[in-house]
Amino acid sequence: MPPKRQLQLPAKGAGQDMLLRWFLGFVGAIFALALTFSLFSGLKTYFTNPPAPLAAEEFHKEPKELKLSSDGPFGKFDKAQLQRGLQVYTEVCSACHSLKLVSFRDLKALGYNDAEVKAFAGSGKQWKIEVPTINPDTGEASTRKALPSDTFPAPFPNEVAARAANNNALPPDLSLITKSREGSAAYVYSLLTGFQNQPADLLKKFPDAKTPPNLHYNPYFANLNLAMPPPLTTDGQVTYADGTKATVDQMAKDVSAFLVWTAQPDLERRHAAGLAVVFFLLIATILAYLAKQQIWHSDERPTVRETGALDPKNRAKTSRAKAKAKVAG
Amino acid sequence: MSFSWAKPYEPKHPVMKWLDERLPLPRLAYGAIGGGYPVPRNLNYFWNFGVLAGVFLMIQIITGIVLAMHYYATADGAFNSVNQLIMRDVNAGWLLRYAHMNGASFFFIVVYIHIFRGLYYGSYKAPRELVWMLGLVIYLLMMATAFMGYVLPWGQMSYWGAQVITGFFSAFPVIGEPIRVWLLGGYAPDQAALTRFFSLHYLLPFVIAGVVILHIWSLHIPGSGNPTGVDVKDEKDTLPFHPYYTAKDGWFAGAFLLIYALVTFYVPNYLGHPDNYIPANALATPAHIVPEWYFWPFYAILRSCTFNLFWIDAKLWGVLAMFGSILLLFFLPWLDKSPVRSGNYRPLFKRFFWLLVIDVIILGYVGGAPIVWWRTALGQVAAAYYFLHFLVILPLVSAFETTDPLPNSISESVLSGDAAETPVAVAG
Repeated sequence: MPPKRQLQLPAKGAGQDMLLRWFLGFVGAIFALALTFSLFSGLKTYFTNPPAPLAAEEFHKEPKELKLSSDGPFGKFDKAQLQRGLQVYTEVCSACHSLKLVSFRDLKALGYNDAEVKAFAGSGKQWKIEVPTINPDTGEASTRKALPSDTFPAPFPNEVAARAANNNALPPDLSLITKSREGSAAYVYSLLTGFQNQPADLLKKFPDAKTPPNLHYNPYFANLNLAMPPPLTTDGQVTYADGTKATVDQMAKDVSAFLVWTAQPDLERRHAAGLAVVFFLLIATILAYLAKQQIWHSDERPTVRETGALDPKNRAKTSRAKAKAKVAG
Repeated sequence: MSFSWAKPYEPKHPVMKWLDERLPLPRLAYGAIGGGYPVPRNLNYFWNFGVLAGVFLMIQIITGIVLAMHYYATADGAFNSVNQLIMRDVNAGWLLRYAHMNGASFFFIVVYIHIFRGLYYGSYKAPRELVWMLGLVIYLLMMATAFMGYVLPWGQMSYWGAQVITGFFSAFPVIGEPIRVWLLGGYAPDQAALTRFFSLHYLLPFVIAGVVILHIWSLHIPGSGNPTGVDVKDEKDTLPFHPYYTAKDGWFAGAFLLIYALVTFYVPNYLGHPDNYIPANALATPAHIVPEWYFWPFYAILRSCTFNLFWIDAKLWGVLAMFGSILLLFFLPWLDKSPVRSGNYRPLFKRFFWLLVIDVIILGYVGGAPIVWWRTALGQVAAAYYFLHFLVILPLVSAFETTDPLPNSISESVLSGDAAETPVAVAG
C-alpha cells in the first residue's frame, strides 16, 4: 500500500526561480526587440519604396464555376461524360500530355467491357506509340502493342524531347492535374475556355507586360501567359460517338470531368464507403452516449452526492440558489 | 495508484488469479486505466483529448504500418508508389492513405486542444511539471515525425519543405552548413535524405508511444488535474476511471471520429496543399512554399524576423525565434508562479489567455498565406506578443494578480448550488 501523498504547491518566489524569470524575461524582450526592428524596417521599406503593382496580381481571375455530377458527398461520375472526355483526351490532349498513372484496364470504370478495353489499348489507331519490350527470342530491343495492363503511353520519350517539341515548355502529366491545381476541375475548364486577347486596360497600365511570342494570354493561368496554345478551338473538333454536340464549352467540360476521374478513380467508392462509416459511427456514438448517461446517472455511482455541473439535479439546485439570492437581494 | 482509496485489483477468475501471480499485467492496466484509478469527478470535456490523442496515435501507427508495406522509399519510385500503387491498385489503399494523411492533421488538432487545455487550467504547475515537459517532448517528436512523413510522397511541397526545414541549420555560422549536409546525406534532398526520413518516420512513432507511457505514468503519481485546480481531498471528490471516464471518453471519441471520417471521406485533400500532387522537381521552386497547417504559427515566427540586429543576421534570428517559441514552453512551470492553477479563478490571466489564443490563430493565418507587407507586419506584432506573453506578461500577471476565492473542495464546487458564493465551474 503506497503512502498517502501530500501534494502541495511549493512556496512562492525562491531565489533561483526569480533569477530564471529575470533571465527569461530578458530573452523575451530581446526577441520582441528583434521583431520590432523587423516590423519598422519592413514598414519603412514599404512606404519609402512601395512594391510595383504586378499585372499578374491585377488581371488574374479565379476559376469559373463548374458543376459536375461527381461534386458533393453523394456525387457519382456521369459515365457518358467520362467517355466523351476520354475521347477529347485521346484526340486532342494526348498529342502533348501523358496520363502516366492511369492504366488501360482502369477504363472499365467508364463502362467499357474487357474486349473494348483491349481493343482500345491495342488498336494503334489512337496510340501511334508502341510499348518498348525485348524480343523474347533474341533479347533485342523491340516494341509491342499496348495491353490493358499498360499505362497510357507518353507522347514524348523523355523531358528533353517534350521540351524540344514545345518551345522549351514541358506539358505536364494530366493524371493528377485536377488534384494538383487550386480550383481543381473548374480550373482546367476555365483554362481551356479562357484563352483571349490581352485586355487593352492591361497594356495601358502595364506596357511591358505584353504577352511574349509563342505564349498565349489566359487570365486563369497564374502568370497570365501560357505556353500551351488554345487546344479546343472550333465546335465539332471532336465527333462524339454518342452524338452529343461538341461545342468548345462541352468538350472542355467533358475533359475536365474525365480528369477528375483520372485523379480520383476512388471517388465513388470513397463516397459510398464514407456513408457506411458515418452511419456506423453515428449509431455507435449514440449508443455510447446513452451508455455513458446510464452509467453517470445510475444508483451505483459511489457517494450520495450528485456530480457534474450539467447534472439536471445540480442545475435545479443552482437555479434555486440563484432565485433565492435574487429574492433576498 | 495515487490515492489511498484506490480500489486494488482483485482477480476473480482462476485464470486471472494465476496470471496475476506470475505477470500482473491486468493489475497494471486496472490501476492505470481501469477501476483502480480514481479521477476527479468534475472533469469537463476538455479532459477527453488526452485519450483521443492516444486513439489517433494508434490510428497513425496502424495505417502507417500497412502503408509502409506498399511504399517505395526511392527518389524515382516514391511519388508513383503513393499516387499510383497505393491510391489506385492496393485494395482500399486510398482509404489507408487518406486516413493517414488526415489522421496526422486530426492528431495535431487534438494535441493543440490538449495543450491549450493545459495552458488554461495550469496543468503545467506543481506537482505536474514533468507531465507537461514530457508532453512537450511528445509534441516535438510529433513535429519531427509529421515533417518527415510529409516528405515521403516526394511531391513538390515534400521536396521544398525538406529543403527549407533542413536549411534552418545552415543559419548557424560555421557549423550549420556541415550539419545540414550531414543530416541530408548530400547537398540537397535526394535519395539519401528520403531513405533516412523513411527510416526515422517509421521509428519515431514508437518513441512517441514510449514517451506517452512516461507521460501517463508521471500523471498518475499526483493524479489528474481538474477544472477547479483544487487538489483532491477525499474519496467523495473522485470517481473510478472505469466505468465513468471510459464511458465518457468512449462516446466523445465516437463523436470526434465522426468529424474525422467526414473529412477523410468527403474532403480528403482539404487540409493538404495541391502542389504535393506534382512530383518533386529540384529545378522548379513552387510560388509559395508552405508547410502543413499545423506548422503555420511557427513558420510565421520564422518569417517575421527580417532585420539583422546586432551581429546576428535575420535568418538566424528567425530560426532562433522559431525554436525558442517552442522551447520556452518548457520553462512555463517556473514562469507562472501563481498558486492558483485554474484560469477560472484568475480574472486577469484569463483575458491574456484568450489574447494568446487569438495571437496564435493570427500567427497561423499569417504563416499559411502568401507574403504581403501588411500581413508580414501583423505577423511581426503577433510574434512579438507571443514572446512577451510567455516571458514577460505571464510572470508579471502571476505576481500581481488578485485571484478569485477557490472552492474548498471539488465536491463543493460541484454542488455550488449549496454554496452560493462560488460559481459553478462549467466547461470553460
